[in-house]
Amino acid sequence: MSEKKLPIWLRAYGLAAYLYIYVPILILMVFSFNTMKLNIRWEGFTFRWYGVLFNDQQVILATRNTLIIAALSTLVATILGTMAALALHRYRFPGYNVSETVMYIPIVIPEVIMGISLLVLFVILKFQLGLLTIILAHIAFNIPFVALVVRARLHGYDNAIDEAAMDLGANELTTFRRVTLPTIMPGVLSGALLAFTLSLDDYVITYFTAGPGSTTLPLRVFSMVRFMVTPEVNALSTIWVVAVFLVLLAGQIAQSRRT
Amino acid sequence: MKLKRLVSTLIPALLLLAACAPAARPPAASGLTSTELNLYAWSEYVPQQLLDDFTAKYGVKVNYDTYSSNEEMLAKLQAGASGYDLVIPSDYMVAVMLKLGLLDPLNMTQIPNFGNIDRQFADQYYDPGNKYTVPYMWGTTALAYHKTNAPFEPKSWADLWDPAFENKLVLLDDSREVPGMALQVLGFDKNSTSADELEQAKHKLVELKPNILLFNSDDPETALITGEAWAGLMWNGNAALGHAEDENIMYICPEEGCGLWFDNLSMPKGAPHPDAAMAFINFMLEPAESILITGEFPYSNPNAAALEYLKTSDPDAYAVYMGFSATNPPPEFISKTTALKDVGDATTLYDQLWTNFKGE
Repeated sequence: MSEKKLPIWLRAYGLAAYLYIYVPILILMVFSFNTMKLNIRWEGFTFRWYGVLFNDQQVILATRNTLIIAALSTLVATILGTMAALALHRYRFPGYNVSETVMYIPIVIPEVIMGISLLVLFVILKFQLGLLTIILAHIAFNIPFVALVVRARLHGYDNAIDEAAMDLGANELTTFRRVTLPTIMPGVLSGALLAFTLSLDDYVITYFTAGPGSTTLPLRVFSMVRFMVTPEVNALSTIWVVAVFLVLLAGQIAQSRRT
Repeated sequence: MKLKRLVSTLIPALLLLAACAPAARPPAASGLTSTELNLYAWSEYVPQQLLDDFTAKYGVKVNYDTYSSNEEMLAKLQAGASGYDLVIPSDYMVAVMLKLGLLDPLNMTQIPNFGNIDRQFADQYYDPGNKYTVPYMWGTTALAYHKTNAPFEPKSWADLWDPAFENKLVLLDDSREVPGMALQVLGFDKNSTSADELEQAKHKLVELKPNILLFNSDDPETALITGEAWAGLMWNGNAALGHAEDENIMYICPEEGCGLWFDNLSMPKGAPHPDAAMAFINFMLEPAESILITGEFPYSNPNAAALEYLKTSDPDAYAVYMGFSATNPPPEFISKTTALKDVGDATTLYDQLWTNFKGE
């Protein structure tokens, strides 16, 4: 470890980078307390918009939907994505290259195309649009992201360790549970977190696969912003930022405790 | 081990089921068989109070899903999405949807309150006889300017090309309205399909470029309020919001003409709850309910009975509504309006024009 102190210009640069990212968010949060409805200038302090937010049935429903969708799609996508990554890492089979390429298509493809094609698929299969279709769509685009992250983690993984464990008498499931999974766990968690974030954030694909009553937060906020940006949107964003910050902080603390 | 695995698969499955299962609803009152209504509309366009009143009267739960443009809604319905009972397309979009067979006729016998609509707004070109639509809100698209900030009071679109407006114009980010403005300045029809005329319009717009500060379809009035812009092309609702904030913001129909729009309630093909849809349209046409919309959103209300009601229920609001050209345009204003019409195949020409113009 280097004994040198962080040079002052580097500290200044780091500070500038942080400010560049966070000052707009801070301004957004401060203006959630603005009394002016059109939110152009600062006029006065009020908690009013938080009151409006908590009474806004549409937003509460959208938040509930968003969290359910994110949780379920992340769970399934993480499992399937990890399985895919392990398979691609361990085995060689006819059609390997094609499988690998096809799996990464949802990452590269424009979201509009994916959204519309999923909608057409659901219509052909006569699936009623709703939460289920959104979850299926989110699982579909999340799997490759999880697989990508887990594969990166598997890159330096020596299969010999697995073989050694099995030589010592562990069956495949025990080997996975006690040897493989703990080693790749950081990758799996990163993949899961990525999938969760992508799901929370998604607009285009969700728009096309949503049905009546299954609106999500991004859909709601986007259309709110379209008409009139009242401080209610700022209040919503503030709560969201603070919640995510607290979750990440908890994760960091938990992680630093383990080492 | 097995039990743990069973439980860990059951929980997500149960969650999934719980998320998808419809909540129990009390039986509908007032003779309707449906207990739910799926409304698909612009955001901030239907007041929550109106929806709550409807639910209270008919026992029907309203799911209010939103889209942020006509084209988004069309894309979804065209791709086959179903389940919506009511949508609120704009005038030209109704024509497009009728051509594609995406709308079902309304049962006008269940909408006796249709008589409340001012006759001049019924029977429009896109739906003669009002078989498929009922007007919801209407408005204009015209010139807004700041009386004291602007170097002079513009009277025509051509005035905006004046170098005095350099970097002080805000325009809608709209591939039909802005070229339409240029077409009108050149004396052509706003709905022209001629490639030659559109080419000339594009050159005219390029000349305007030094004056354009920004394109904004969400809140163009903000630029006028802050003084960053001095004039611009915007919808009447935006101008009304601006005027409410700053009385110096005026709204006129320029000499060459301005735009007219109608948003309409209509029923997509295969709507699952048509009876609730008709009941909603009829309910929304009642004066006390219709005026809730005007109270929240500063557009023009085609419901004559509702405006009569406002005269007595809230004379101050009535005066404000009647007093400003954005909400209540005088006859000279309306006489110069032209609605946007579907231009069919020429839509690609407009798209190309817009892309090239913005790129230059």
